[in-house]
Amino acid sequence: MRSAVKKGKSNWLLLLPMYIFTILFVALPILYMFLLSFLSRAEVWGVDFTFTLENYKRILEPLYLGTFAESLKLAFLSTGLIVLIGYPYGYFMAKMNAVWKKRMMLLIMIPFLTSALIRLYGWIIVFRSNGVLDKILMGLHITDKPLKLLYSYPAVVVGMVYSLLPFMILAVYSSAEKLDFSLVEASRDLGASSLKAFWTISLPLTLPGLLSGIVLTFIPSMGLFFIADILGGNKIVLVGSVIHEQLTKGRNQPFAAALSAVLMILTSLMIRLYKKLTGSAELEGLM
Amino acid sequence: MKDIILQLNAIQKSFEGTEVLKGVSLEINRAEFITLLGASGCGKTTTLRIIAGLENPDKGSVLLEGKDITNLEPNKRNVNTVFQNYALFPHMNVADNVGYGLKIKKMPKAEIAGRVAEALKLVQLEEYGKRMPDQLSGGQRQRIAIARAVVNEPKVLLLDEPLGALDLKLRRQMQLELKRLQKQLGITFIYITHDQEEAINMSDRIAVMNKGVLEQVGTPNEIYYQPRTSYVADFVGNANILHVGEDAFAIRSENVLMNGEEPCTKEAQVVEKSFAGGQLRILFRLEDGQLITASRYGIDADISVGAQVKIGWLPEHAVKVVEA
Repeated sequence: MRSAVKKGKSNWLLLLPMYIFTILFVALPILYMFLLSFLSRAEVWGVDFTFTLENYKRILEPLYLGTFAESLKLAFLSTGLIVLIGYPYGYFMAKMNAVWKKRMMLLIMIPFLTSALIRLYGWIIVFRSNGVLDKILMGLHITDKPLKLLYSYPAVVVGMVYSLLPFMILAVYSSAEKLDFSLVEASRDLGASSLKAFWTISLPLTLPGLLSGIVLTFIPSMGLFFIADILGGNKIVLVGSVIHEQLTKGRNQPFAAALSAVLMILTSLMIRLYKKLTGSAELEGLM
Repeated sequence: MKDIILQLNAIQKSFEGTEVLKGVSLEINRAEFITLLGASGCGKTTTLRIIAGLENPDKGSVLLEGKDITNLEPNKRNVNTVFQNYALFPHMNVADNVGYGLKIKKMPKAEIAGRVAEALKLVQLEEYGKRMPDQLSGGQRQRIAIARAVVNEPKVLLLDEPLGALDLKLRRQMQLELKRLQKQLGITFIYITHDQEEAINMSDRIAVMNKGVLEQVGTPNEIYYQPRTSYVADFVGNANILHVGEDAFAIRSENVLMNGEEPCTKEAQVVEKSFAGGQLRILFRLEDGQLITASRYGIDADISVGAQVKIGWLPEHAVKVVEA
């Protein structure tokens, strides 16, 4: 890292395309979005070029604050579950032999061959009244009537976890793969039980993967509105859905921009907080 | 009376159908420096890992001070390892690395600090406690790995080719230092290497291993001058193996006589001359077609390729060996 920075001075030409790309496709759109958020909606179509803070004031209304709270809650819950499932999966996958690694990897990659949207519709078939899940549970006499899971909070959580889990698994896997197993052996040799070796060696050394996994799942889970729309019906409204609606049905681009800006600041703060709590330098560049 | 600290009894081990150890038995004395010497894949590392508890033998037993530790977890054995790649914990500084074992044993902090400082002094890196492993040179990492192991005062210290990654000069220096350390600490060292010079330099005894079998165990002198098998003769000092009827004899290249040295009785043709490792090596073909190498210090000798000459050796320099 340090040497890369030092060399950077003489290699700025090589970095130029990257800067152009970043400015063109990341910095400018964000700037545009922020500018847009201070304008007002035009009567019929488009925006009026008059400065206003009205959009941000509107976010402070209980309705929208509630949406933010709801989104955060769902994001925390989904990310938590994804960590619990994804970390062990990725960690143990990295430790398996080549054949099993391939098999486990295939299990993760196959779903990606189909559109995420279509896969979510698949969950409707599973969750709907008298759907696959109900039939199985009733067939096994675990429940005696349909659970009515579709369009419920748990269904949305399952959808979130299902959609974002691969990112966590792959992030953890890539860092667990690099974990030199002789370090674990050294720790065992020096007197650590396998659990202690995990806490003092494996976990700290795979933390970068876990952290980037959390970033990769937490941020999208704030914005993945279509999951809540498809599996939650209209009952669960997330910030992403509101932005989507304001942009399409509401035709209020400035308000959508303001919502996006707040969402972005919020997630950025989250990352910053997380970095501070864990004292990790691994997310350098992200914030 | 012999004071045996570690005993291996008929250890067998296979990996996926391949027999790696075929019944290895060895008794190791207290405070001894013993080297397992052999080519890569001979089973020496597996033997070490079985002693450390990182591998379980299929058959046989391991006894530490008479107590059966065959199936004991690695953390329950009073044995520590210096790993080939050092295996320093990259997320801890040098002091935390060295103190790791003591911290696991829940030793009070002040005592850990004292013991760590002592161990660092032992390897002459007192000032390096706050450094991270990636800020150390190869030789320094090596010493930290040793300090991290010996700070726990193990009964037996296992060293898996610890000098393999160092350059020649540093390796020589570390050989002496390790030997000094072993004398000073009085700990039993079980040392693994494929380098015969290293083994001869450092060891009280050498166990030569080949294809999962101990070919010979003895002092460096015994191994060098009285090789039991043709493998040992060839591996330690690259001796010539000559066949006479049913028997095989080992003759060291420095003992092959030529250029009128007495007694030169055998007809031979000079096949090749080459200079390697500070020595001139001359390859002869005997009348029966067998090849034999002579070596001399210097870069050339008064002998030309293709010439028909007489060579020979003293009878006591032809050691009868078992074909392996």
